[in-house]
Amino acid sequence: MKGVPLSALFGLIVTGLFFGMAALAPWIAPYGMSEIVGDVWEPASGQFWLGTDNIGRDLLTRMIYGGRNTIFVASMATALSFCLGAFLGFTAAVYGGWVDQLLARGNDLVMSIPTLISALVVLSVMPVTLPVLIVVMGLLDSTRVFRLSRAVAVDINVMDFVEAARLRGEGQSWVIFREILPNALSPLVAELGLRFIFAILFISTLSFLGLGIQPPAADWGAIVKENREGIVYGIPAALVPAVAIVTLSIAVNLVADWALTRTTSLKGGRGA
Amino acid sequence: MVPILTLVTQRIALGLVLLLAVSVLIFAGTELLPGDVAQAILGQGATPEALANMRTRMGLDEPAITRYFAWLGAALQGDLGVALSNGRDIAASIGQRLGNTLFLAAVTAAISVPLAIFLGLLAVRYRDRWPDKLISGLTLTSISLPEFLLGYVLMYVFAVKLGWFPSVSNINSGMSFWQKLNAVALPSLVLTLVVLAHMMRMTRAAILNVMQSAYIETAELKGLRRLTLIARHAMPNALAPIVNVVMLNLAYLVVGVVVIEVVFVYPGMGQYLVDHVAKRDVPVVQACGLIFAAIYIGLNLLADLISILSNPRLRHPK
Repeated sequence: MKGVPLSALFGLIVTGLFFGMAALAPWIAPYGMSEIVGDVWEPASGQFWLGTDNIGRDLLTRMIYGGRNTIFVASMATALSFCLGAFLGFTAAVYGGWVDQLLARGNDLVMSIPTLISALVVLSVMPVTLPVLIVVMGLLDSTRVFRLSRAVAVDINVMDFVEAARLRGEGQSWVIFREILPNALSPLVAELGLRFIFAILFISTLSFLGLGIQPPAADWGAIVKENREGIVYGIPAALVPAVAIVTLSIAVNLVADWALTRTTSLKGGRGA
Repeated sequence: MVPILTLVTQRIALGLVLLLAVSVLIFAGTELLPGDVAQAILGQGATPEALANMRTRMGLDEPAITRYFAWLGAALQGDLGVALSNGRDIAASIGQRLGNTLFLAAVTAAISVPLAIFLGLLAVRYRDRWPDKLISGLTLTSISLPEFLLGYVLMYVFAVKLGWFPSVSNINSGMSFWQKLNAVALPSLVLTLVVLAHMMRMTRAAILNVMQSAYIETAELKGLRRLTLIARHAMPNALAPIVNVVMLNLAYLVVGVVVIEVVFVYPGMGQYLVDHVAKRDVPVVQACGLIFAAIYIGLNLLADLISILSNPRLRHPK
């Protein structure tokens, strides 16, 4: 871990804490997830660190379990979008010709509808379950990854070492996985952070609209939805997820920034 | 033919083709997915007879292609069908709401576009000094929150704690223009913050890019004041990318509006769409999806056209 700048280290630690909290939720949460333990909207106290929610559940517990769900869905969707987007992007760049045209134009078409609108249209006919949410978010987001990975791969595809591999008689899948993938990894990793944050915001938005993770399961967006009436009476319970989301997205961005500068310095570009 | 005319016609034709393809995609998305619409409406416990009746009523037993063309043909004539949930005419329900949504978007655009360009200019003028850093920092913070949370934070501060604006944006045709403006103050403020960061950063980048040119150095050497130099010499040449990013952000507003309308209970298209997604009212979702996509594609098309037209080399061919 030598040579990691302070900001990136901070980002790594905070991101790690969030993931650790998500993984260990049942052990660190002070109460049960849907256990009613107090009065409606009790203020923060020694017993309830963040107060209670709209039906008297401990808000800290809800936040921990909510983080678990939000982070899980966002991670799975990001993983899916990267595997699919990167694979198709590399394929389009390596094969070229009509394969490239077909994939790229199809991708443009899907991207010409706003992501949220596409998601709403699909979710109006599909049952809203975790696997469906993950697949829908992953597929819609893979269009962005496709664009990036295709652009990166087109550049790498004309390098001498790829030419050499082809002359050696390697097949297309060798070129994709052994020549292009290792060299395209750094920009993709930097993009990974941004896509993950986008997925967090997206699943929170869907849950807020009531079309994401379904109650009684907790989710950062759903916590806002459940406690929104309190805002008018000056009860800030609904704003707690804001703090969590901002902290997590800043932490991930710091790590992504570091990954990006590392990438450029590897290529001898700007940045130390 | 004049090359610019060819370019413009090509771009418009491409936009129309894209719109047609999107309508196919939206239709296919709701009709061909494994989810069964009739089942979704009636629930898991529905009897087979009830399901069959529902399918016949909705015309689901016809082939998908026939239904697509019937749907598209009717939509082109302004007939969007009736809502499954309450049997009302969709076009009539949308009319008033579309107006409300466009009003909100227009107010936001009127605030955010001049503000973004002014802040961009300011950031270039004081490049790498504290005003630049402050503007960048604030705008970056505002985009790391989802729109709906930003909405509630502002509602908590301005509507509940300070009591400056109403927390619920009720709007109706009986209100005067100023009353309406007061009602949409908070939602448009939120949307402004959402799109401001991107527009301002792109303006800054576009102007900085032009600042490298030789003619800027000439202007500098002849002793122009820095702000005049930026406004008179750098800005006009950076206009194409700026207009482009402004248009893209206005297109983004179309989506931001959906969520913000739900937050502030604003009677617009977005809330209509979200309500009916939850009710699984497919005709309404198709109609709203199509309208949102059309506006989005239209604004993107406009952005491309403006950047073609703003290029003097294309406007005055040799």
